Amino acid sequence: MGLPLSTKITLPNGIVYDQPTGLFINGEFVPSKSGKVFEVIDPSTEEKITDVYEGFAEDVDIAVDVAEHVFKKTNWATQDPAVRGKLLSKLADLIERDLEILASIESVDNGKAIVLARGDIGLVANYIRSCAGWADKVFGKVVESGDSHFSYSRREPLGVCGQIIPWNFPLLMWSWKIGPALATGNTCVMKTAESTPLSALYACKLLNEAGFPPGVLNIINGFGPTAGSAIATHPKIKKIAFTGSTNTGRIIMKAAADSNLKKVTLELGGKSPNIVFADADIEQAVANISLGIFYNSGEVCCAGSRVYVQDSVYDKVLAEFAKDAAKVKVGNPFDEEVFQGAQTSQMQVDKILSYVKVGKEEGARLICGGERLGTKGYFIKPTIFADVKENMRIVREEIFGPVVTITKFSSINDLIEMANNSEYGLAAGIHTTDINKAIDVSNRISSGTVWINTYNDFHPMVPFGGYNQSGIGREMGAEALDNYTQTKAVRIKLTRKDA
Amino acid sequence: MTELPEFHELTLPNGFSYKQPTGLFINNKFVPSIKKETIDTIDPSNGEKICSVYAASEEDVDVAVKAAKDAFKTTWRHTSGSDRGRLLVKLSELCERDTDKLAAIEAIDSGKPFEQNAKGDIGELYNVLRYYGGWADKVHGQTIPVDDNKLAYTVHEPYGVCGQIIPWNYPLCMLSWKIGPALAAGNTIVLKSAEQTPLSALYLCNLVVEAGFPAGVVNIISGLGPVAGSALSTHPLVSKIAFTGSTAVGQIIQKAASSNMKAVTLETGGKSPLVIFEDANLEQAVKWAAFGIFFNSGQVCTSNSRVLIQEPIYMKFIEKLKECIDSDYKQGLPFGDDTVMVGPQVSKQQQDRILKYIEIGKKEGAKVFTGGYKVTDDEVLAKGYFVKPTIFYDVTPEMTIFKEEIFGPVVSCIPFKTEEEAIELANDTLYGLAAALFSKDITRAHKVARELEAGMVWINSSNDSDFRVPFGGVKMSGIGRELGEYGLTNYTQTKAYHVNLGLKL
Repeated sequence: MGLPLSTKITLPNGIVYDQPTGLFINGEFVPSKSGKVFEVIDPSTEEKITDVYEGFAEDVDIAVDVAEHVFKKTNWATQDPAVRGKLLSKLADLIERDLEILASIESVDNGKAIVLARGDIGLVANYIRSCAGWADKVFGKVVESGDSHFSYSRREPLGVCGQIIPWNFPLLMWSWKIGPALATGNTCVMKTAESTPLSALYACKLLNEAGFPPGVLNIINGFGPTAGSAIATHPKIKKIAFTGSTNTGRIIMKAAADSNLKKVTLELGGKSPNIVFADADIEQAVANISLGIFYNSGEVCCAGSRVYVQDSVYDKVLAEFAKDAAKVKVGNPFDEEVFQGAQTSQMQVDKILSYVKVGKEEGARLICGGERLGTKGYFIKPTIFADVKENMRIVREEIFGPVVTITKFSSINDLIEMANNSEYGLAAGIHTTDINKAIDVSNRISSGTVWINTYNDFHPMVPFGGYNQSGIGREMGAEALDNYTQTKAVRIKLTRKDA
Repeated sequence: MTELPEFHELTLPNGFSYKQPTGLFINNKFVPSIKKETIDTIDPSNGEKICSVYAASEEDVDVAVKAAKDAFKTTWRHTSGSDRGRLLVKLSELCERDTDKLAAIEAIDSGKPFEQNAKGDIGELYNVLRYYGGWADKVHGQTIPVDDNKLAYTVHEPYGVCGQIIPWNYPLCMLSWKIGPALAAGNTIVLKSAEQTPLSALYLCNLVVEAGFPAGVVNIISGLGPVAGSALSTHPLVSKIAFTGSTAVGQIIQKAASSNMKAVTLETGGKSPLVIFEDANLEQAVKWAAFGIFFNSGQVCTSNSRVLIQEPIYMKFIEKLKECIDSDYKQGLPFGDDTVMVGPQVSKQQQDRILKYIEIGKKEGAKVFTGGYKVTDDEVLAKGYFVKPTIFYDVTPEMTIFKEEIFGPVVSCIPFKTEEEAIELANDTLYGLAAALFSKDITRAHKVARELEAGMVWINSSNDSDFRVPFGGVKMSGIGRELGEYGLTNYTQTKAYHVNLGLKL
């Protein structure tokens, strides 16, 4: 007897629910063909939550065939698009209804604080709702090309889209992918992160409840080199959207090119500068640089992991920042007072601590943190390194944890040079009361997002994505629709026989 | 001057019982009109009074406008697009839930057949509200590159208080076309329903409250055009007026709007041509032509009231059109059996007007192929404002019935020889709302469509609107477009911001 396809889980906060464990294909939860399973660990206790089925290339093949059938042989893509919008709207309502359950699953699976997880699920519902509104508003153009022709363009869906999402915001990343893809009439085959497969599977129950036809979204639980690679190389998948590390993004882009030149959008790493000018509201700025790195335990692609402070306020900011860091409550995700939960896995903890070691070796000054908290659970204390040099590895490389470097600057030109001296370009924060300086600096920074007097501050209609090696393409906003449509131009010749 | 109860307990012919609000809906409450003035609303299927509702005077309009202005300044202006969208979607869901209730009220007040007409209208109502709910967070401005010294951008702002005046032919549909985009764009509204059909809008106000709209955002008043409508179109705190109705009243409103330069959009009359070429699919042309003039008892601004038929198929079309009336356009009571397609006209006044045009048509020499009279043979129908579906033929451009909008189930058939003649006849009108043509030839269809002077052209269908596609007229048929994304732009005004990043004098 294999693993049952559903298991009753009792969460640390007492919620009891039915967790699907299968792959989600054609509207059903099914075992993987091999029957193989893998463990899902609670990062705050290091204990197993459950097993789930593990999908491989053969399972991806089945899912792709289903998704292709739905796209080509049913009216999913060709029907009145308002139908898809209404389904997405219903899905958003159901996600809101089950907010506490989904937030709790997210916390137990990812390790993030429940107070943050609730925020995530709220954003999920809002984003899906926003995408619902787009479904029947994807316009083409009519081009005035003279009396001889009627020329117009259509924006059509791509077909089967492969989507690979990360573990830092499991359900939020799920929504950023399926929202625009389904609104525009595509079908999807998605691989969730192996560390965090649970919330997406629960959400697929809601997909069924909302009335989505089977096969429009298919989920493969599994690992990158197997299931992920199968998706990236699949000849029937027309597009791959990936969020994760820059290195893996590179592999995916190559795989796409080598297989069938599937279209690629990538949302990758970052080493985003968070900048405090002397004329900033210091209290607000400190709160924002703290949020910028300790939010979500620093496991954020756009984390403000390099703080730059203008020299005249450096000492003050550093002192206040250290005080703030000391106040960050780290611990049990289900404690309502906790802000910073556990890192997601042992692998992440090891990576972060090895960077701490590197930082010390490179001569950076450790202001606070730099070690695990407790002996059980992947908790790491908020960590600040000062007196860093721009060429240090801890300043250049993405650590993906609650570890930040803080650097002094004097002139704006120096600041811009340091801020832009990176292979990345995902986000930047600027704290100042001078509006002209804010706009001038934001014009000159190479980032896909610039936050002024705020940080990690998202809105469903505002596009998000990276410059340089932080990615290709934009998610959210109207721009997300470009990722999932292609333009067809039609020219009808209007010749008259008697002309 | 009458004191009315807050609600009338009404029971409709299909057994549906409900509480009909009577007041003016201002600040999320139903209130009596200040002077206690009322209007009666009549059931057009039998000429009997349904009930009375309070009618707004100029003073009441002032109260409503001030409530809307206040709500705009204090609440709605600060409500995000996402939140406005959610409220509209919620209202849409409530309307869907109450489809049968709303359809029944619509049917008794306007005479629309319950099954074949009113229910479809409610579908349009909630789909339009949901559609604009989806737009609310997507009203984008632009950033415009100029040079290093300037950050230039535009914001598409709401007007503030919008006055909206709607007609009686599609009460709830017209309401959704107005409030959907206005609210999505961030305006607050004062809407005057038609005096012939005030009931369904008032019932919908219950759903506005249930959906959670803040007080003062949606205000709906019953009243007479020359009183309440006039007050709205001249009110200094109303920044924009939107009107659907007759061209004559549209002109009055446009003049009135000049009082404070309020923005104006008008959707007025039509005498829309339907052109049938000899290569058309004749069977389909007949069906669409019938739909385009007999549905809703011909009370449609875009009705194809002039059908131009190419000579070789002229009489054949007319014969088939009559057959279609006889088989598909059963006339009867709104709550009659499920197959009733043509109800009464909305009022005695409308009925008389249509009959008068029929007499003029006969006098001026147009030939009657079928119909042309008030329904009197049926004892039950004789009590209502029924006009028999009528086909005039051999109509010529000098005739009154060729030129003037009749707004009833009366079609004028005109023969033509050549494509050029068809275009000339089609465009020979002060109006330009819609046009339709039937041809299998893709080149001819597109070329003729380009020549037709109309805001909308249907190729191989007629009166086949979709709320995602803009709707409105050229020439005397109106100003501006409703529906689709275009409808949204009627309710925003562009504000340009210039931020000086260093240009010093």
